[in-house]
Amino acid sequence: MVDQGTFYQRDRSWHPPAFSAPYKTTVLRSPQQPLLSLENTISELTGPVFGHDKIGPLDNDLIRNYAKTGDPIGQRIVVYGRVLDENARPVPGALLEFWQANAGGRYRHKKETYLAAIDPNFGGCGRAITDEDGRFWFRTIKPGAYPWPNGVNDWRPAHIHFSVFGHAFAQRLITQMYFEGDPMIWQDPIVATIPDKTAIEQLVAALDRENTLPMDSLAYKFDIVLRGRRSTMFENRMEGN
Amino acid sequence: MTQKLTRLKESPSQTAGPYVHIGTNPNWVEITGVWNEDLGLVLVGPETKGERVVIKGHVYDGVGDPLKDALIEIWQADADGLYNSPQERRGRADPNFVGWGRQPADGATGEYRFETIKPGRVPYKDGRLMAPHITVWIVARGINVGLHTRMYFSDEEAANAECPVLSRIAHKARVPTLIATRTEEKGLPTYTFDIHLQGEKETVFFDI
Ligand SMILES: [Fe+3]
Repeated sequence: MVDQGTFYQRDRSWHPPAFSAPYKTTVLRSPQQPLLSLENTISELTGPVFGHDKIGPLDNDLIRNYAKTGDPIGQRIVVYGRVLDENARPVPGALLEFWQANAGGRYRHKKETYLAAIDPNFGGCGRAITDEDGRFWFRTIKPGAYPWPNGVNDWRPAHIHFSVFGHAFAQRLITQMYFEGDPMIWQDPIVATIPDKTAIEQLVAALDRENTLPMDSLAYKFDIVLRGRRSTMFENRMEGN
Repeated sequence: MTQKLTRLKESPSQTAGPYVHIGTNPNWVEITGVWNEDLGLVLVGPETKGERVVIKGHVYDGVGDPLKDALIEIWQADADGLYNSPQERRGRADPNFVGWGRQPADGATGEYRFETIKPGRVPYKDGRLMAPHITVWIVARGINVGLHTRMYFSDEEAANAECPVLSRIAHKARVPTLIATRTEEKGLPTYTFDIHLQGEKETVFFDI
């Protein structure tokens, strides 16, 4: 079945505002005029489709997909979850791309200046496409926290970045996943751009001891919610409405 | 007590950060051998129908410096105004044109560049035709929620004048922020679409 309805308006009070002074880079990069609200047209209700042929067998295995001389150093973890919409329906065929620092908190990037060592066996990128039930999973090592140039003592909590394509360009989303129990979540100016504590908690993956792989990997559950569509049962409006 | 609307909340957005390319364009940042090619770099093949055009520009911050870590995505209809998407019900789009592209801004100059085709017109919700346009989405360090805007074409004056979306912009002086200027470059029509995050020329961004 092809979904058709227009989307519920994005709840801008749930998302971070464009301007957030403690996250200094937003000061010169936040639009200052109000956004122009636009009821969805077909340009926003459509979106690209990514077939399973686009991705390779190791794309969801960050432990192996860049390994040169052996496995990367670090805590082995499995991250799994579902992509749902706001109506709690699964989103099948969603493309997820994820990227992260290595166990020491270092990214493989030429502009990265943190002292922690590069891991020769860790690239830090992966991707997955959700199945019919909206499920995805991947294997990686737990990323380390890292310092970043904002305040002199600002550190990012351990996190994995996610880019998500649903079924429509209006659902396009980039976000980050944090780890249950990490005290640094609550000290981070980027997390703190999100005004609501419950909204922040929606980005904290749960440690799932029932799904650990014995003598192998811890498991974290991370569900992602994309915008939901209005019911199309109202689509054939009565005359005069 | 009332019945509950059992809805979920959309996951809150977080900035793409400075290293978004590791996840979206790993080959471009020299993480090679993980996947064959970065998605979205090539839109047009020899079989694609339509007029070849180049779209290029910069994303500027509030003091006029170009962003060198931005990532730009575009989504557009084919030459006949059809989207290559299961949600498209009006007909079948050109099978040789996906309509989605993704390019990093150049790390030294901040310029982004797409080689694509000029899209056809697509209808507004009431059936009137919108002017030819390309949906543009921008993420970068310091952008907390990805920014949606639209690019229109300077040589479509008549269509632009009657576009139901452009006419929604109350401040007429801001309409030109969405219109890319056409020039010729190596024989190809080239449209320059500069995006200004702040200031007098701030681009109109949409809450779609
Ligand atoms: Fe990061």
